[in-house]
Amino acid sequence: MTMENTTPVNCTEAVHELYSYLDGELTDSKRQAIKDHLQRCRPCDRAVQFEAELLAIIGDRCAETIPDDLTARVKAALEEAKAQETEPS
Amino acid sequence: MADQATFEADAMEFMGPLYSAAYRLTGNQADAEDLVQETYLRAFKGYGGFQEGTNLRAWLYKILNNTFINRYRAAQRRPQVADVEDVEDLYLYRRLHDPLAGADESAEDAAIAQITDDVVKEAIDALPEAFKVAVLLADVEGFSYAEIAEITEVPIGTVMSRIHRGRKALQKALYEYATAQGILRTATVTGGGTR
Repeated sequence: MTMENTTPVNCTEAVHELYSYLDGELTDSKRQAIKDHLQRCRPCDRAVQFEAELLAIIGDRCAETIPDDLTARVKAALEEAKAQETEPS
Repeated sequence: MADQATFEADAMEFMGPLYSAAYRLTGNQADAEDLVQETYLRAFKGYGGFQEGTNLRAWLYKILNNTFINRYRAAQRRPQVADVEDVEDLYLYRRLHDPLAGADESAEDAAIAQITDDVVKEAIDALPEAFKVAVLLADVEGFSYAEIAEITEVPIGTVMSRIHRGRKALQKALYEYATAQGILRTATVTGGGTR
């Protein structure tokens, strides 16, 4: 086992790793390196905040309203499946 | 092992998000309803094999995705492997951010807040299926890369690539749809932003 060093990253690397950073998919050392960079670099920090905001908006804007009768319809289908399973064939 | 008797109590709460995902995949209400119903039926029948305490939500999405692939995509005869074009990093930000704006640095945040549900849905619908699924599972459902790899049965590196490239392609589509509707305006003159 070796200790991972926090190697500084530049703007290009920070932008390149932006999605993995926002998704929480980086190693601790890489995450810390990006965080350090963002604290030092206002333009990159602004861009990352924008990307986070955009992802949140995309996530919020995709919901469809569930049709009124779908829950009842699925429950009825499940009841039918249960009945079929318990009936002797 | 999970008990089939508790299936409804365990699984029905996920119907709303599953229906939204089904709608994005199939593109219409009737097929989305059928897909959700079939997903629940298959899940019910297989529930005895579900390991209780593991991720039920991810398991349901896996069944939804497989059911869609087996049933609906086959019927649609769509090409399985369509690619997205490579879009530059920060595509939308670079077009909305005005470096000369000074104090009003969050103007671009205000601009994207105006993007409507319809524009987002249209842009997501335009993504090739594999990218659409990866982006939906990450950004709408909040699954991790590892969970998406498990749901879609592809390697995690492929998942990551699809999410990252899919998001960038989505940004370009969002920009094009939103500017066409007058929702977004370009802050700075950029080269090659629009055709």
